[in-house]
Amino acid sequence: MFKRSEQDKRPPVQIFVDGVAVAAREGDTVSAALLASSCDARRSTAVSGAPRLPYCMMGVCFDCLVTIDGVGNRQGCLVPVAEGMQVEIQKGKREIGR
Amino acid sequence: MRTEYDVAVVGGGLLGSAIAWGLGRLGKSVAVLDEGDITKRASRANFALVWVQSKGLGMPAYTVWTVQASQAWGRLASELKQQTGLDVSLQQNGGFHLALGEDEFGQRAELVKRMHNQSGAADYKMEMLSASEVKKSLPLIGPEVSGGSYCPLDGHVNSLRTFRAFHTGFKAFGIDYFPEQPVSAISKSGGEFRLTTPKGELRAAKIVLAAGNANQTLAPMVGLYAPMGPTRGQIVVTERTMPFLPHPLTTIRQTDEGTVMIGDSKEDELDDRTLKHSISAVMTDRAQRMFPHLSRLNVVRSWAGIRVMPQDGFPIYDQSETHPGAFVACCHSGVTLASNHAFEIARMVAQGALEPELVGAFSASRFGGAGTANNSGY
Amino acid sequence: MTVAPKREDYDVVVIGAGPAGLAAAATSAEAGLSTLLLDENVGPGGQVFRAISSTPVTDRNQLGADYWVGADLVRSLRASSAEVIHRATVWSLDRNLDIAVSVGGASAFVKAKRMILATGALERPFPIPGWTLPGVMTAGAAQTMLKSSALVPDGRTVIAGQGPLLWLLAAQILRLGGRIDRILDTTERGNYFAALPHALAFVTSPYFAKGLSMMREVKAKVQVVSGITELSASGDGQLASVSYVAGGKRETIPADLLLLHQGVVPNVNLAMSAGIEHRWDDLQLCWSPVLDASGNSSVAGIAIAGDGAGIGGANAAVVRGRIAARAAVEALVPAAAAKLAPMATLRSELAKAERGRVFLDTLFRPSPQFRIPTGDTIVCRCEEVTAKDVLDSVAIGATGPNQLKAYRRTGMGPCQGRLCGLTVTELMAQARNKTPQEIGYYRLRAPVKPITLAELAAVPKSGADVKAVVRG
Repeated sequence: MFKRSEQDKRPPVQIFVDGVAVAAREGDTVSAALLASSCDARRSTAVSGAPRLPYCMMGVCFDCLVTIDGVGNRQGCLVPVAEGMQVEIQKGKREIGR
Repeated sequence: MRTEYDVAVVGGGLLGSAIAWGLGRLGKSVAVLDEGDITKRASRANFALVWVQSKGLGMPAYTVWTVQASQAWGRLASELKQQTGLDVSLQQNGGFHLALGEDEFGQRAELVKRMHNQSGAADYKMEMLSASEVKKSLPLIGPEVSGGSYCPLDGHVNSLRTFRAFHTGFKAFGIDYFPEQPVSAISKSGGEFRLTTPKGELRAAKIVLAAGNANQTLAPMVGLYAPMGPTRGQIVVTERTMPFLPHPLTTIRQTDEGTVMIGDSKEDELDDRTLKHSISAVMTDRAQRMFPHLSRLNVVRSWAGIRVMPQDGFPIYDQSETHPGAFVACCHSGVTLASNHAFEIARMVAQGALEPELVGAFSASRFGGAGTANNSGY
Repeated sequence: MTVAPKREDYDVVVIGAGPAGLAAAATSAEAGLSTLLLDENVGPGGQVFRAISSTPVTDRNQLGADYWVGADLVRSLRASSAEVIHRATVWSLDRNLDIAVSVGGASAFVKAKRMILATGALERPFPIPGWTLPGVMTAGAAQTMLKSSALVPDGRTVIAGQGPLLWLLAAQILRLGGRIDRILDTTERGNYFAALPHALAFVTSPYFAKGLSMMREVKAKVQVVSGITELSASGDGQLASVSYVAGGKRETIPADLLLLHQGVVPNVNLAMSAGIEHRWDDLQLCWSPVLDASGNSSVAGIAIAGDGAGIGGANAAVVRGRIAARAAVEALVPAAAAKLAPMATLRSELAKAERGRVFLDTLFRPSPQFRIPTGDTIVCRCEEVTAKDVLDSVAIGATGPNQLKAYRRTGMGPCQGRLCGLTVTELMAQARNKTPQEIGYYRLRAPVKPITLAELAAVPKSGADVKAVVRG
C-alpha cells in the first residue's frame, strides 16, 4: 500500500510480525513499518471482529492496536520500532495475561 | 402534547422507568417526566449488580424483599427480551466478595455470622469460603486472596441495556417519556395532580416520585417524607478483554461486552464532575491483587456517580395520607430491585395502595421526626 | 530514554510540542520561568512539523518551506532552558492545575502555576459508508508516514475531500514519487459564492499564492473531479473500490487506498476534561474553547494556544503560543516580560496570520452529507454504532450525547469520542431540530488517554483513600 523513498537513508531495523521477519527503518513507528511491509496487518475488532488497519496515525483513533512484545492493545502508531521487537496482529478482544 | 394520565412518574432513571414500564404493562396510561442530558444519573453510573449477599443487616424485611427481587429478575429479563428483542445479559450464578489478608477475612466472616443470626434470615444462603474453595470457581485469583463470602443468589446484568430496554418498551406500552422536563412544583386539586414543568403543566390521577435524591425536595410537596443521604462512588473500567471472570464480585465484574468494571468507593463528597485518582488507585490496586493479570489491562475510563441513598440505607416506599394517590419510591439498589419495581410496586400503585405485608417496613415513618406525622405506616 | 519530570512544580507547563507549544515553551523559558513541555510523540513538531528533527526526506523542496519553519522553532526551544519530555502522555488535568503524566509506563504528578494547552487539532470525522474498511485512512495519516518515514502510496490511490491540507499532501506525495490515481473534490459549489465576500482578505494573505501554485502543480499530474456530492468506500474486508457521484453521474473506480480529509477541528479532550468551557463554532462547525485575547480559558491559570483554541493554522499557532506565554510571564513575573516581544506587536502578527481564515472556513465548510451520515454508516468506530442506531435512540428519548452513551455505548471505547463526538452532536441536533450548542458534548473525564491499571494502582494513596474503599 505504501512504498519507501530512495532518499531514505535511515539504518534498517528488523522486527518480527507474527514470527516473520520484517524490515523496518530506525524511526518508523510500528504502524508505519506494518503498512510499508507486505504482511497482512489487519486486526479484528473486539466488538464485531471487523477487520481494521490504522486510520489516523496520530494517536487518536485506536485502530492501530497491536500486541508488542507480549503486551496487547498498544497504539502501534505511537511506538517506535526496536531491533528484534515482536509484533502480533490482534484478533478480537485482548487475551488474558497479554 | 397530551397532558392527562392515569399516572405520572417523576424520574426516568432505572427506578422510575421500571415502575412506569410495570404500569404500562398493566394497561395504565403513563407519563414519565425526566431531566436532560447532563444531570446526576445513578442509572448510568451504577455497578450493575443484582445483589443479595449482605443486604438487610438491621432490617430483615429488606433481605426478604431483595431475595424476592433476585428471584423475579429472570422473569423481567425474559419479558423485556420478548417485548424489545434486547438481551439484558442477566447472569445469576452466584457472586463473591473477596477478602485480602486474614483481617478482612475475619471481618467478613463476622458479618456473615451476624446476617445468619438475624431473625427472619434462617435460610440465608451466604457462606464463607476458603481461598482454595474460591479458586475452584475463580481460578485466576492471586496469592493475597484469603477467601471470601459467596451467595448463590447473586448475579449481575447489563444495566445500561436494561435502561434502554425499559425505554424501548415504553413505546410498545404507549408510555409517554418527556425528557428535559424536570418537575418544579406539584399540587392537587379537583381530584388530580398538577405537575409544573418548564414546558407546561401535566395532570395525572396518581403520581410516583422516583427522582432519586431529589425526592427529598419533591416529597414534601405532597405530604411525603424522603430523607436522603447520598454518597459519591467511583468506578474504573478497562478495555475489553477475553472472558476470565465467571462470577461477579462486589467490587469487580466483567461485563458481557468484555470490559472489566472496578468499584466501589464511598465518600461524602457530592460533586460528580471530579475524581480522586488516589481512590481509583486503591480500587485498582485491590483489583490487581485479587486478579494479578488485570495489572496489564488499560483503563479506558473512570467516573464518579452520586448514589441514591435513603438516610438509613434502606428503601423508602410510601404513600401520602394528605394527598391520596401520591407515592414515593427511592432506594440505592435500582438495578437489583428493578424486578420488584416493575412487578410489585407498579401493581400496588395501579391498585391505589401499598400493601403493608409486602412493603410496610419501608415506610418513611421509621425515621420518626419531621414529616412523619402524615405517614400512616400503612 | 525518556525520563520523568525533574521537578514537582513548574511556573509554566505546556502540553503539546507542535507550533504553538514549541513557541510557548521557548518564550516562557526565555523569560526565565521554569518551564516543562510535555509531548506525546517521539520528537517535536506536532502534526504540521511532524518528525522535523528526524525526517528522512532530505530534499527540502519536497516538504516545502512552510515545513522547515518548524526547525527554527525547535532550535529556539533547544537553546532555551525549557525541560522537554517526549513520549509523555498527559492523562489527567484538573482545575487545580494538577497534571498526571505517563512516561515510560509510570505516572508522575506535577503542578503548574500556569498551563498552556497546545494539544492542536485532529482531522474532522469523515463518516461515509465504508470508512472503517482497511485501506481507508485520513490524509493526515498519509502525511505523517510521508514526513516521518518517507513512505508514499504505491497502490491505486484516491484522495477525497477538501481543504488546503489535501492539496499540500497531494503535492508532497507526487514530489516523492508516490501514486495518486484521482482526487475527488467535495467542496460544495455554493461555497465559492459564500466565500466571495471574504476573498479580498484571502488574496492578500500568504496562503493565496502558495495555495494556487500547489493546486496547479497537482492538477497538472492528477485527474481531479470536483463537485462530488456522494462518496462511499466498499470492499470485502479490505477497500476494493470507491464510488462517487459528480454532476449527477455515478462512477465507481477500483482503489487500494482512499485518503479522506475535510479539514481539522480542535482536539478538545484534555481541555474539556479539565472543565474548560467550550462553545459550538457555527463557522468552523466544531467545539472551540471560550478564551480571552491572551488565550486564557474559563479555568483560572489555563490558557489554550494553537489550533486547540480554534483552527487558525500553523502561523497563527506560533503567535498564539507566544501570546499565551507572554501573558503567563506577565502574570507571574511582570518584570521579565520586558525581554519579550511586546503584546501589541504579537497581536498585530496574529491578525496578519489569521487573515484569510474566514475565506478558507467558508470555502471549505464541509457539506452536511459528509458530516451527518445516515442508515448503516458507522458513526462510532470503537463501539461500531451506526447512524440508524443513534436515530433509534433519539426516538426513545436520548436528548444528548450522554444519554446516547447509556443507550448505545457511543464514545465509550478507547478513542473516547474523538472520532465520533462531532458526528454524534450534529446528528442528534439534526434529528431533534436543535442547535449543536443545545445538544452538547460528551462529558469527558480522566484518564483522557488509556493508562495501564498497574499505573493507576501505583498512584500515591492516603489512609482516607483506603477507608473510602475498604469497608468490611
